[in-house]
Amino acid sequence: MFQGIPIQPEQASSIARQVDYLYYFLSATAIFFSAVIFSSVFYFSVRYRRRVESEVPKPIHGSLPLELAWSIGPGIICMFIFAWASILYFRNANPPEGAMEVYVVGKQWMWKLQHPAGQREINELHVPAGRPVKLVMTSEDVVHSFFVPAFRVKKDVVPGMYTTVWFQADQPGQYHLFCTQYCGTNHSQMIGWVYVMQPRDYENWLSGGGGGNMASSGERLFQRLGCATCHVPGGGGRGPQLQGIYGKPVLFEDGTKAVADDAYIRESILNPAAKVVAGYKPVMPTFQGQVTEEQILQLIAYVKSLTKDQGNVVENPSEDKATPKMKAPPAGKKP
Amino acid sequence: MSTSNPSPNDRRQHYLNAAYGLRSWLLTVDHKRIALLYLGSITFFFFIGGSFAVMIRMNLLTPDGSFLQAETYNKFFTMHGLVMIFFFLIPSIPAVLGNFLIPMMVGAKDLAFPRLNLLSWYLYIIGGVMALSAAALGGVDTGWTFYTPYSSTYSNGNVVIMGVGAFVAGFSSILTGLNFIVTIHKMRCPGLTWFRLPLFVWAMYATSVIQILGTPVIAITLLLLAAERIFHVGIFDPRIGGDPVLFQHFFWFYSHPAVYIMILPAMGVISELVATFSRKRIFGYNLVAFSSVAIAMLSFLVWGHHLFVSGQSIYAGLVFSVLSFMVAIPSAIKVFNWTATFYRGSISYDTPMMYCFGFIGLFTMGGVTGLLLASLAVDVHLHDTYFVIAHFHYIMVGGAVMGYLGGMHFWWPKITGRMYPEIWARFAAVIIFVGFNLTFFPQFMLGYLGMPRRYHAYPAEFQVLNVMSTAGASILGLGYLIPMIYFIWSMRYGKPAPPNPWGATGLEWRTPSPPPTENFEEIPVVTEEAYDFEALARRDAAALRNEGELQNG
Ligand code: HEC
Ligand SMILES: [Cu+2]
Ligand SMILES: [Cu+2]
Repeated sequence: MFQGIPIQPEQASSIARQVDYLYYFLSATAIFFSAVIFSSVFYFSVRYRRRVESEVPKPIHGSLPLELAWSIGPGIICMFIFAWASILYFRNANPPEGAMEVYVVGKQWMWKLQHPAGQREINELHVPAGRPVKLVMTSEDVVHSFFVPAFRVKKDVVPGMYTTVWFQADQPGQYHLFCTQYCGTNHSQMIGWVYVMQPRDYENWLSGGGGGNMASSGERLFQRLGCATCHVPGGGGRGPQLQGIYGKPVLFEDGTKAVADDAYIRESILNPAAKVVAGYKPVMPTFQGQVTEEQILQLIAYVKSLTKDQGNVVENPSEDKATPKMKAPPAGKKP
Repeated sequence: MSTSNPSPNDRRQHYLNAAYGLRSWLLTVDHKRIALLYLGSITFFFFIGGSFAVMIRMNLLTPDGSFLQAETYNKFFTMHGLVMIFFFLIPSIPAVLGNFLIPMMVGAKDLAFPRLNLLSWYLYIIGGVMALSAAALGGVDTGWTFYTPYSSTYSNGNVVIMGVGAFVAGFSSILTGLNFIVTIHKMRCPGLTWFRLPLFVWAMYATSVIQILGTPVIAITLLLLAAERIFHVGIFDPRIGGDPVLFQHFFWFYSHPAVYIMILPAMGVISELVATFSRKRIFGYNLVAFSSVAIAMLSFLVWGHHLFVSGQSIYAGLVFSVLSFMVAIPSAIKVFNWTATFYRGSISYDTPMMYCFGFIGLFTMGGVTGLLLASLAVDVHLHDTYFVIAHFHYIMVGGAVMGYLGGMHFWWPKITGRMYPEIWARFAAVIIFVGFNLTFFPQFMLGYLGMPRRYHAYPAEFQVLNVMSTAGASILGLGYLIPMIYFIWSMRYGKPAPPNPWGATGLEWRTPSPPPTENFEEIPVVTEEAYDFEALARRDAAALRNEGELQNG
């Protein structure tokens, strides 16, 4: 009957089906309430149509039990939906431990993505099926929004902050990526594809290229920008040593504390005076305007790779192959 | 009062023939004439906003959007939103029907501040002229939401002129609200207690409260936006130390309540129509009245439901979600009570009632689809897609515009002293209903499929539904033209209207159509509750007897 008219988006992620179940329930509730109202309005307006021009029906002032019933009844249904939707939202908001990370920078009008292993992509994202993927996103200019309908995920990409979104794709194939926050003239061209691949194909694709992993690019920047002159491994420099700080709480001069996460490191680079590490002077210069959002992400990847005992040895050496970049074809085509 | 049937041809003095000439209109302080000034201007803006909509739908006929350039398309949907919201929907029922009716419904000669009322219209016109000149000077492409930092830093359009236009029009809205509140408090005629007021007055009261409390926030936000754009003060742009999400909070703190500025008055109209055309007191009058006030208050607490995917804290999302479900309850109460009013009523299908049925249907659908958007996990998928577009058009066009048209048909005889052609009017009502659904129902499906809003071009698989939507829009557009034509026609050729053609109970029906400048020949005294059709029947019978005795004696 509906040939040619699609009525459901593809379900290609672990949460798509769960979101859809709630969607069906909500649609059924919506149809139920509409049907109750439409049919009673229809029935009453036929049954009680005006038959005699001068008739005046008896007034009915109201009924407390009825009022209570039709405010509490729908109220309970609403609270049930609220709870269901919120539990799902919370589950979908927090990426599982060990999710694979990809960094995303939105820019008028393209998506720039980089894998930790170094592969860069534009308007395309290759991910393995069956593995949670977490995107750490920011924007170089205006607000954008990262939307993959088949995964039922969406998150704004906001300049000046990191937002994250995660998904676990479970169907190899090719899926739409849309920008859904209006961002100017070519907003509707800020689109792309997510290629979900079999894990083995993904490994092949990964080894197919990239200009050094993000952490090692970050290390080169760290040297070039002179960070290394103050941040000396083992301590003793003008700035604190950065080994092992990632993900740990940092104590500040004013006695407050914060966890050294992506946003904190970004702030330390762009606005170092905002939070001064206890025991240090605010001598670190700002690097605002000297580093791009992508470079900041590389510096973060580098700081993240610095573990306490390893000094500044970069992890994942295996991915650091300098073969020319080749793009593997998507593993599966959508049906 | 007079229930006799004076033909408008007898040279009775009324507000329309009290004075002639442009001056007598442009300098009038009569609330009824000011209402007509608004009627003319908002109709003008409605057709401007409508032509933008036509262009948008034309462009979306094909996936590659070959009809318009991307930049032009963006300017057109921006103008469509701005014009329709700030210059049509917000002033529509309040400034036209509210202005005309509130003084009459409370049995007063005019609003509390007639000159302020005229000033409001001038402010509105100044705002409108600025908006149109912003469009003429090259347009604005920020979307009606003006999100930063796009609007403050990146857009090349005439954002400042447009913003100032909306800012000035905002004052018109504030002053109108103020005028209504004072009038309703201070100028009710003897015997007209709060719980004897027509529900339209309650709804307008609640609307006015939102206008007074909410509009200053958008005014401040637009000023901050202008300050950032002109002086580069870092408020919303992160590069100079601002926070873009802060703007979204400010914006929706006004703009969500603004949705209720648009829909509450329509709900008020519907209450009048339901009562009149089923000849029954509104079931649960008190609750329907209080639910307007409850909606007005809750409407200020749900703005964050526009920010579920903005990076706002997920705990904030939780609170805004639960509050959004709560604001659905008073709206549901209204719908249930209207429905219950039909029970054992005496229902007629005059044109206003056709719009009333249309409203109940479309508003219900708009409301229940709102539940999907209030649900966090589902909103993540639907946010900023066509589902949202469909949802709010069901509320704002299916609800507010249907209410407005229903009200216009209902009070047209009172306003002009003429009846419109009933057959044509019913025909138009059906066309509008069908056209509306064909336009917007496919958009629910498009949204669920994932088509983002504000897209100048789209993937080919969305085309069928878009073509359906455009076809519907053509029917809808035609539907809107028909009332335009027969309303104008009826001003000259319509049958003369009696004082109370529908057998309605409000005070406005106890005075001739069109009313005299001072509204009532003598100040009315109210001795009964609202919608007391039995008392009305008794009074009519008594008047008939009197007349008979006069003739016989
Ligand atoms: C002039 C010396 C100097 C240079 C150059 C410098 N920093 Fe720093 N940095 C400091 C000092 C001092 C602190 C501690 C005070 C503060 O927090 O501002 C610090 C703090 C930090 C912190 C927070 C450390 C913690 O333990 O919380 C990070 C991260 C950081 N710097 C990264 C960088 C990066 C990346 C660069 C190069 C782009 C850089 N710094 C260049 C002196 C420097
Ligand atoms: Cu965009
Ligand atoms: Cu809202």
